[in-house]
Amino acid sequence: MSNVPLDPTEKFQEYATPGALVSTEWLAANLNTPGLVVVESDEDTLLYETGHIPGSVKVDWHTDLNDPVSRDYVGPEDFAALMSRKGIDRDTTVVFYGDKSNWWAAYALWVFRLFGHTDVRLLDGGRQKWEAEGREMTKVVPTRAATSYPLSPRNDSDLRAYREQVIEHVGANGCMVDVRSPQEFSGELTHMPDYPQEGTLRGGHIPGAKSVPWKRAANDDGTFKGIADLRAIYEGEKGLAADDNVIAYCRIGERSSHTWFVLTYLLGFKNVRNYDGSWSEWGNAVRLPIAVGAE
Amino acid sequence: MSGPAAAQLPPGLAAVAADFADTPREMRLELLLEYADRLKPLPEPYASQTDLMERVEECQSPLFAIAEVVGDSVRIHATAPQESPTTRAFACIMQLGLSGLTPEEILAVPAAAPLQLGLTELVSPLRMRGATGLLARIQRQVRAAISA
Repeated sequence: MSNVPLDPTEKFQEYATPGALVSTEWLAANLNTPGLVVVESDEDTLLYETGHIPGSVKVDWHTDLNDPVSRDYVGPEDFAALMSRKGIDRDTTVVFYGDKSNWWAAYALWVFRLFGHTDVRLLDGGRQKWEAEGREMTKVVPTRAATSYPLSPRNDSDLRAYREQVIEHVGANGCMVDVRSPQEFSGELTHMPDYPQEGTLRGGHIPGAKSVPWKRAANDDGTFKGIADLRAIYEGEKGLAADDNVIAYCRIGERSSHTWFVLTYLLGFKNVRNYDGSWSEWGNAVRLPIAVGAE
Repeated sequence: MSGPAAAQLPPGLAAVAADFADTPREMRLELLLEYADRLKPLPEPYASQTDLMERVEECQSPLFAIAEVVGDSVRIHATAPQESPTTRAFACIMQLGLSGLTPEEILAVPAAAPLQLGLTELVSPLRMRGATGLLARIQRQVRAAISA
């Protein structure tokens, strides 16, 4: 572990893992702290080029974290090479931030966790809050000394669910959270004649999944809701418990990374996996069970 | 850029494809950003009434576009938020590549033209889907305008 101190912000102390978040104030004061690297990861790949937090490096989910051919993540060699290029050591504290209330930042953080990178934190409020507060942005791309990041195996078993495992999970009536919009959940289709068709052949959701759109965990300013609100949604309203075996999914696994982060780090759930195949796999697969409608 | 696929592109889009092909890979995002910055501001009445335009639902970001047929020439207007620079870049590329063409020339643009610009390695498949959706909607508007 690096020696980068935790952010003592009061709100974070209520969460299961207080050190998983940092505030914009804390980050602004700690940008030059040795052992800390800030990583920007966005839906829009050009945003970093338009301006970013000083000293931050960019990790693109598509070109850096995805395998270029197979629908999978990069392997240990490519991940280690990426870390080396970005100046990240195995014990570096990595603070992620990005657009869209940190969807992609949470997704990148989740991939880093697949490789066992330990000290990962999210900037509460992400890019939106940093910008809204008028904090410094720069177009200067930092030159960080390359590291020799060790080859680290990718361990998918604890944090990632494959299609076959989801099928078993459905059969066992396991807990599932569908974090897409209500319209995607119900299976309502939006295309019209002459319009490009949706990318999935079937609409709806995985039978038994509970609908909790990811955004319910976020405030309008992109920050996470407080612990009481989060408990009310996931535990009170949806009946999930910290020792449940939960699988979260969306369309390709990015929005559900946000919910995975909430359940794991903020609520302290012990066994949450992200099904990155998500609806773009399930809704196209032959003979898998599908439920339609709002319930 | 040459080859049978590129040959089908209208001159404006072929120029964009050549621009990316001639740019080293590590500089292509910078080039894309230049296109984003070149998207023309909306004229009236669209600037004050975005709902006169068509939303490109295939795009992850709010992208609105309209193809105006004036005489024998088509004008493309489009808008997307500042925080969606890639979307703005695609809108600009379509504006530069299609504006001034005749309706028939626009309808002759291959549906997969956005995939022939040399951008598929830079941006995600979902984004490319937004770009092909933009082209499809422009073509549908032009088809509706000339058959009206």
